Amino acid sequence: MAARSPALRTLSRSLLRPQSIRPSHPHSRCYSAAAAGARLNVPLEYDSTPLLHHTSKAALANPELPEHVRKGQTKRINLYTAVNEALRHALQTDERVLVFGEDIQFGGVFRCTMNLAADFGTERVFNTPLSEQGLVGFAIGAAAEGLRPVAEVQFADYVFPAFDQIHNEAAKYRYRSGSTGVHCGGLTIRMPCGSVGHGALYHTQSPEALFTHTPGLRVVVPRSPVQAKGLLLASIRTADPVLFMEPKILYRAAVEQVPVDAYELPLDKAEVLKTGKDVTIISYGTPLYTCSAAIAAAEKDFGCSVELIDLRTIYPWDRETVLNSVKKTGRAIVVHESMMNAGVGAEVAATIQEQAFLRLEAPVKRVAGWATHTGLVFEKIIIPDVTRVYDAIKKTIEY
Amino acid sequence: MSFRYSARRLRPQGLAVLSSRAQPFVRAPTWQCRGVASTANAEKVLFPGALNSEFTSKLEFLQPSKSKDAISTYRCLNQYGEVIDKKMGADTTDGEALELYKNMVKLSVMDLLMFEAQRQGRLSFYMVSAGEEGIAIGSASALHPSDVIFTQYRESGVYLQRGFTLAQFMNQLFANSSDNGLGRNMPVHYGSKELNIHTISSTLATQIPHAAGAAYALKLQNQGIVGRIGAPASSTDTKEVERVAVCFFGEGAASEGDFHAALNIAATREVPCIFICRNNGYAISTPTSDQYRGDGIASRGAGYGISTLRVDGNDIFAVRHAVKRARELALQDGGRPVLIEAMAYRVGHHSTSDDSFAYRARVEVEDWKRRDNPITRLRKWLEGRGVWDDAKEKELRSGTRKEVLKAFEEAEKAKKPSIKNAFTDVWENITEEQRAHMEEMNDILKRYPKEYDLEGYEGGAKGLEELLVKK
Repeated sequence: MAARSPALRTLSRSLLRPQSIRPSHPHSRCYSAAAAGARLNVPLEYDSTPLLHHTSKAALANPELPEHVRKGQTKRINLYTAVNEALRHALQTDERVLVFGEDIQFGGVFRCTMNLAADFGTERVFNTPLSEQGLVGFAIGAAAEGLRPVAEVQFADYVFPAFDQIHNEAAKYRYRSGSTGVHCGGLTIRMPCGSVGHGALYHTQSPEALFTHTPGLRVVVPRSPVQAKGLLLASIRTADPVLFMEPKILYRAAVEQVPVDAYELPLDKAEVLKTGKDVTIISYGTPLYTCSAAIAAAEKDFGCSVELIDLRTIYPWDRETVLNSVKKTGRAIVVHESMMNAGVGAEVAATIQEQAFLRLEAPVKRVAGWATHTGLVFEKIIIPDVTRVYDAIKKTIEY
Repeated sequence: MSFRYSARRLRPQGLAVLSSRAQPFVRAPTWQCRGVASTANAEKVLFPGALNSEFTSKLEFLQPSKSKDAISTYRCLNQYGEVIDKKMGADTTDGEALELYKNMVKLSVMDLLMFEAQRQGRLSFYMVSAGEEGIAIGSASALHPSDVIFTQYRESGVYLQRGFTLAQFMNQLFANSSDNGLGRNMPVHYGSKELNIHTISSTLATQIPHAAGAAYALKLQNQGIVGRIGAPASSTDTKEVERVAVCFFGEGAASEGDFHAALNIAATREVPCIFICRNNGYAISTPTSDQYRGDGIASRGAGYGISTLRVDGNDIFAVRHAVKRARELALQDGGRPVLIEAMAYRVGHHSTSDDSFAYRARVEVEDWKRRDNPITRLRKWLEGRGVWDDAKEKELRSGTRKEVLKAFEEAEKAKKPSIKNAFTDVWENITEEQRAHMEEMNDILKRYPKEYDLEGYEGGAKGLEELLVKK
């Protein structure tokens, strides 16, 4: 075959390059321009969202942070860098920590493992063959012999070959080992999840609900760099296997002040992001930003007051915080990207119905992905957006 | 598959272009292929995926081996119990061989009695090792006690050889309060931390990648990259030995994706792991002809770049020689996997839930029992050495029988574990959700006491309470 001309090569490279991560537009979703005249469904403003800590003071005010961290410095970083820092700290402080997966060694396809192989050696940070069941099974075995492997599945959409290993093995290891006390709790499985604008069927999924149906696992979804760092460190150090699902659209988009020192955030506590008195919105990961924008519009338009809760840990989850909030507001809306049927929203709504029945003034509303697959050009009508959350608030308070 | 692959490669390409300046220096591992372009008249192709491939102008497909050139089966003892290679010898003392023999007999006596006990309804389930005693006991005897073992389920001999007591077997089979598994697993799903054997799970082949991962953990410990984790070697050992992981599985399980995944990752990560396949001809009712069309499991080893040997599983000395040598190989150069295919015939039914005469002729089984068997072959050798005879055999069998029955009766009488064990060990600590569930269950037990018979459980119906008061 004749060699391609340099011009053609440049063209093909620029076509191959995903638009969303062009350096010139690091913080906006330029692939999905807002409709002309749109007021609600406009690009999310990560630079000004109240969900991110834009100042060092705000970041250090978090009472969950240990005293010495709150006295320390912060640094403005994005979510993938926060993941990288957590991994770096774990590798530095615990010789039992390993980081591996497909394409990890050069830094990872999302840059989460940048420089780790060079700094910690390829004995501890390495590529595996392209086999999810293999690398997760390998991680379980290493964990069962006392190591703390952090395995990466390149996209949550490709976790299914490892489903057997996660559901039948990782989750049941401690239980079936009985009094021998052997377990694989040192295991953490990281995976990028959620919509990214153009991921279609196999680069968009959020399969968390499948794992919240498995006793023995912890499922964690961070919403910001501060959380990614603290929750990932806690996940690596906990003695239970953890599925750590990183919303990939936030890898570069979510930038905030993050404490420079290492810290852990609790694995069983939800966080009230904004207090309110008329309705509670419960969500996690990327949709929190959608919710925040919808809340701002709704509060302005309807004069209502909305409480926003980030679940953070999807399983085991913090029922108390959610129920206390709903008992106060009397109304609840659950928002997530994955489909509605038997999703996380079903569990949260059922729990609210059971435990806060007498305080409810409206049915618990679920805003979730529709019962379909995420076809490439249909994402904007499938994934919950600001309009749908806004409308859910309207319907719920008007009920 | 191909689309998925290409779709996944798009991102890294784009990203790599973007951040090429920020690209860190990554130490190139020694095994990394380099895609150096070939010169016009080079002898070799130099494609990065097959560096040592030479050009040929002959269009010739590589054919799988025919029956005449199947991989040979290594043996040491012939069917008459005579050592074939005098130089290699049996490599055992008479006393040691006698112990192996007694353990094989013990296993077969236990199997017969437990199979019968299941038929009487006293056990819920059982699986015998008939015909494969030599593989389990022979290989276990060739390993170091601190080597880490993963098994499928037909390797009770490994436990026996390592020191699992009859009481421990029976406690597990009856799922009583002394059971290591706390009454959670089906019978025959043994496990022992002291003996460095991971608890068995029913899911086939899932343990194969575990063994690769465990072997990697051992490799890092052998090399001192990570401090030694877990129990020290047996008390008689004062100095720490280098350890290997060992994984057992049947030829049917080798069809699972986990087998492929495990051997491949074991080879690329160069782990000290011995994979031992028991090829006994059947996976429940499925004969090997419906399981694979290559030359057994051994022929696959080379494809993964793994040293491989096929061995006569009815010859305990051959198994021992093979595993000893495999252990040395596995520890060579920092570590590498080894595959052993041990040939056998599954003499017993697949399990107590199976009647194998529905799919194979009774005469075939009888023929195997009579013709060749690991126990009788070693017995012939022992008799040849003049250390064994009919009288000793009779005494051993009746004594063993009594021992097994005694352990059986004691285990059968013991109480079941406390019902709190239904909830503990799911996570490290009891979750709030679990606590709520236990409270609800406890309430049900209190209000409907006659609906539940929990007398046989330690602490009876109050088992959950002790966990509920402990906050």
